[in-house]
Amino acid sequence: MISLQDLKKINDYEWEIPKSFRSDMRVPVRVFASKKLLESVMRDRSLLQAVNSTTLPGLVGRVLVMPDMHQGYGFPIGGVAATRYPDGVVSPGGIGYDINCGVRLLSTHIEADAVENQLNELASALYRHCPSGVGVKGSVRLSAKELDRVCREGVNWALKQGFADKHDLEHIEEQGCIPDADPACVSPRAKERGRPQLGTLGAGNHFIEIDIVDQIFDPEAARVMGLDEGYLAIQIHTGSRGFGHQVCSDYVRELQGAVQKYGIKLPDRELVCAPMNSPEGKRYLAAMRCAANYAFVNRQILAHHARNAFEEVLAGKVRNWHLRQVYDIAHNMGKIEEHVIDSERIKVCVHRKGATRAFGPGVPGLPQAYKDIGQPVLVPGSMGTASWVLVGTDESMARSFGSSCHGAGRMMSRKKAKKTVRGDKLKGELEARGIRIRAKSMPGLAEEAPVAYKDVDEVVETVSKAGIASKVARLRPLAVVKG
Amino acid sequence: MGTQSGFRELDHTADWVLQVWAPDLLTLFIQAAQGMYVIAGITLSGDERVEHKIALSSVDEETLLVDFLNELVYISEHDSLAFDQFDLTIEDYRLSGTMYGATIASVQKEIKAITFHDMQIQTSQDGLVVEIVMDV
Repeated sequence: MISLQDLKKINDYEWEIPKSFRSDMRVPVRVFASKKLLESVMRDRSLLQAVNSTTLPGLVGRVLVMPDMHQGYGFPIGGVAATRYPDGVVSPGGIGYDINCGVRLLSTHIEADAVENQLNELASALYRHCPSGVGVKGSVRLSAKELDRVCREGVNWALKQGFADKHDLEHIEEQGCIPDADPACVSPRAKERGRPQLGTLGAGNHFIEIDIVDQIFDPEAARVMGLDEGYLAIQIHTGSRGFGHQVCSDYVRELQGAVQKYGIKLPDRELVCAPMNSPEGKRYLAAMRCAANYAFVNRQILAHHARNAFEEVLAGKVRNWHLRQVYDIAHNMGKIEEHVIDSERIKVCVHRKGATRAFGPGVPGLPQAYKDIGQPVLVPGSMGTASWVLVGTDESMARSFGSSCHGAGRMMSRKKAKKTVRGDKLKGELEARGIRIRAKSMPGLAEEAPVAYKDVDEVVETVSKAGIASKVARLRPLAVVKG
Repeated sequence: MGTQSGFRELDHTADWVLQVWAPDLLTLFIQAAQGMYVIAGITLSGDERVEHKIALSSVDEETLLVDFLNELVYISEHDSLAFDQFDLTIEDYRLSGTMYGATIASVQKEIKAITFHDMQIQTSQDGLVVEIVMDV
């Protein structure tokens, strides 16, 4: 195990595990955390998993860990690692099974006070319109050819089908379509799992939330994003469903052989990888991009359903019930990006597993509206606590491969949460605090209790003080829909 | 691990860890399947019994176990079927036989995938033991 003594303090919010800690480390680990957050992860294996991640061939700079870190499999959740393109490796386990799990934020012109009496109805309408829960199927019937188009075209496909408008498209990471996705690299089984599930929320920690914009910290950035204090906002948190899970499973399996073929030694089989310029690496990247595009479309269709729910409840009752897209970000992804490392600008594959891209102002690829303020970074809370809207900074570009935190981060196991919390009691407590809950599974709700998570405000304070993101607005939940 | 074979859930911050033990490899696989169904809250309906043939081939025992459990995850999601009787054989990293069960009546939790994380089938005093990390 790793103890505090093994870490070198850089400042109050940064710590380093030096390369000398273990002989197989190729680069050091840099941890962004307050002392309190750091001490809380000493109980699990997050830091050991971060050290294991440093053994991947082709790593540059450092392996980074965000303050919402917790134990995962292979990489820790909250891990960021960049490998030199094209001869460095790509590791499916460093991206995760839920490829392009992410968050979408929609703003409104609806004053929360004006619709207080309709919030129950809104929560129920969202729950009805947005399919959720284990084994649920979506309302979109996809042929095999249509699924291939979803893979290649991403949200452009949704635009043609009437599920999106051009404003939506412009306000998604990569404009909702990562190029070079090749459905021929996706197994028939993944496609079989993906076809019925497009436009579904799923279960676990995925949710749709109605929030009130509670506090503004950066009025100019909030204005650009269309966030007004006291007004409603909507968050959608989900990913690529069974499609992405199967793509990852297929390639973690396939790459077990590749590491032997390329003579790569790893401390954990979940870290299997292949050079990006190898046939195996190219095929995984092409398949992973299909799953990423699928996830963008999945959140797009759920946003379409949410718009229908709002129209159903509020049309004729408020002047403008439309939901306007602020941004859509991925937090489980591998992206080819350019970063300056040791004064050299190089192309790398940034693995973000439970970490959000956080590009600063002026970085190519941002929507025109956000060029001067930086990329919105969406940090969902834990059902009963706040969520945050941040922006990327020049510092995040210089020090964290343009990355920041992705949420509160779990600190209690699901097993313990279920023993500690009763789902029906929690629902009652949250509703007494004015948070309406619509959930299919009460044990599932108990597993996701706020007590199972770290303090999201402290996580955000840490990335803010470390300089790798800057606060824009704080959101407070009014209604939560879960599977 | 007081009995000859069984399973229990261990603590993991975000996902599930199932510890499984058994006197031999085949029983270990069957216990792992049963344990997975239990922690996912999968129950069978009283509908007509079904049988499902299975044949898997892998490069080692751990990979075969991951393949077997992932196959059950897929069948539960795609066909809404789960099994409570297993007539299987394992030889040279090949698993084959017939599984008997029924349609799923209820399921509490979605398993995204079975991982290879730290997986090692180890020999213990009483037989074999393995810890399986599932992404949920």
